[in-house]
Amino acid sequence: MKVRNILATKGGRVITIAPDKTVREAVALLVHHRIGAIVVADESGHLIGILSERDVMRTAAADEGVFGRPVADVMTREVVIGMPQDDVLAVAHTMLEKRFRHLPIVDDGRLIGIISIGDVLKTQRDAYQGEIETLETRIIAEGE
Amino acid sequence: MSPLGSAAQPLRVAIVGAGPAGFYAAERLFKESELVIEVDLYDRLPTPFGLVRNGVAPDHQKIKSVTAAFDRIAANPRFRFFGNVELGRDISVDDLKDHYHQILYSTGAQTDRPLGVPGDDLIGSHPATEFVAWYNGHPDYRDCEFDLSQERVAVVGVGNVAIDVARILCRTPDELLKTDIANYALEQLRESRVREVHILGRRGPAQAAFTAPEAKELGELADCDTIVLPEEAELDPLSQASLAGADRAELRKVEIIQELSRRQPTGKSKRLVLRFLVSPVELIGDENGRVRQMRLVRNVLYATDAGSLRPKATDHFETLDVGLVFRSIGYRGVPLPGVPFHDSWGVIPNAGGRVLDPATQEPLLGQYTAGWIKRGPTGVIGTNKPDAAETVENMLADARAGRVLAPTQATAAAAEALVGGRQAHVVTYADWRRLDALELSHGKEQGRPRVKFTRVDDMLAALAE
Repeated sequence: MKVRNILATKGGRVITIAPDKTVREAVALLVHHRIGAIVVADESGHLIGILSERDVMRTAAADEGVFGRPVADVMTREVVIGMPQDDVLAVAHTMLEKRFRHLPIVDDGRLIGIISIGDVLKTQRDAYQGEIETLETRIIAEGE
Repeated sequence: MSPLGSAAQPLRVAIVGAGPAGFYAAERLFKESELVIEVDLYDRLPTPFGLVRNGVAPDHQKIKSVTAAFDRIAANPRFRFFGNVELGRDISVDDLKDHYHQILYSTGAQTDRPLGVPGDDLIGSHPATEFVAWYNGHPDYRDCEFDLSQERVAVVGVGNVAIDVARILCRTPDELLKTDIANYALEQLRESRVREVHILGRRGPAQAAFTAPEAKELGELADCDTIVLPEEAELDPLSQASLAGADRAELRKVEIIQELSRRQPTGKSKRLVLRFLVSPVELIGDENGRVRQMRLVRNVLYATDAGSLRPKATDHFETLDVGLVFRSIGYRGVPLPGVPFHDSWGVIPNAGGRVLDPATQEPLLGQYTAGWIKRGPTGVIGTNKPDAAETVENMLADARAGRVLAPTQATAAAAEALVGGRQAHVVTYADWRRLDALELSHGKEQGRPRVKFTRVDDMLAALAE
């Protein structure tokens, strides 16, 4: 199972925000699209960071004016990036190990999507369900 | 007017492609208790079951037993099968839009990706899926020709298909006789002069896509020694580390491969050589354009940012003499006429199974997808069940919200008239059950699980009797 198999069923649209927008605008986008993180991209569409709910909370704990600050101040700059041909199992391991929940996917230098730990979990659950289903069918057939 | 989904006006759904994803989608639709739903399942072949019939290896009969579950789904009075009816040939997407509230595409993945190396198109270099369809008696591939007079064969890839192809090439006629392999394939494999089959994986044993039972099976062939080079079975430190979080099945697979690498050949008449960390860089032909050699490069693994292990070519090359090459580096879907397609991934663009307009990325009204043409070729047969369920949940949500097509002739009779007007030889599920019974009885006569019809004309002639 590859990252592209997850992306294939998620549609091609990636929500991004410019670094000079405010955190308030970013939070509105997170809520509107029901997502937990948003990719920060410059004018040419290049990824320069990621802003997660967690980034906002971390800053809010120390600064009540967090909503008025530019996204660039609050975002995470060191972003782990995935490729469509990455193995989902390996990616799951890395996300758990390094404790991040969103992985932007870049192909040929172009941002093509983002997968969340929830996507990875769903994929693994479906894979296990599928194997159980297949085994059950076989066992029932052998009993007949 | 009666509400949509009532007994007076059922929700009418067309499913295109009668493989596992199509059947599981129908099953999930029938489980819906609040809506009355009618399903017409189309297939371009007269026979249902897609890759269960034409893909699953003939020596894996138990896996094919899933068809009993599909028969139960087909027994629903609101289910109909329109076999031998092809989208693009007999009917169009517009025809379906005029007769159904919702359309679901589950046409699977029918072809192989090319290797993308020089010589890929030499004579004797084939997509493995064509060989699979050939030995399984698929009508479109039964007349393919493979030169089994060659002694040495390379199979590129270490997925299930590659392993199936190699195993079938290494089975004895007696072993194949116990299967439902196509009769002509059985005859040609009986005359086969293939002595050595090389399976080539570009990554290591820990990354191979085949499963532990499949690896074990390779070590249990009646007249074929399976060989793994000890240095290639050894795990590099990155692979070793990656297994820390692996489940038991993954660990078992690696153990089996390493156990094979400790075996000595026992003098059986065929050899199956399972190679790792090598990639073909060129196929070399003779003056007649026939493949004669394959140039391989050795790889090492490196970890990507996200932690997956990828192959990287070294400057160590080797040359393998081969007369026949099967490439199996991944199934891919083919576009359907009038349906959006993601060309580089070989799938229909979708969000949770809702087909998307490529220009706007917005869902197209009433069009859905499930199975391999939705997510790409991954998982086992049963994986299509949760996959189809996801799509059907979205179909039901859309139906309840009134987001459906506006067919002018949304009745079962109108659909039957449409199909009957375009294709004189529509095959129903009852027809298929007759074909099935005939195949089983022909099998019984020969002491085999089944003897397949492999020509559409033969199927239609048998039904006309």
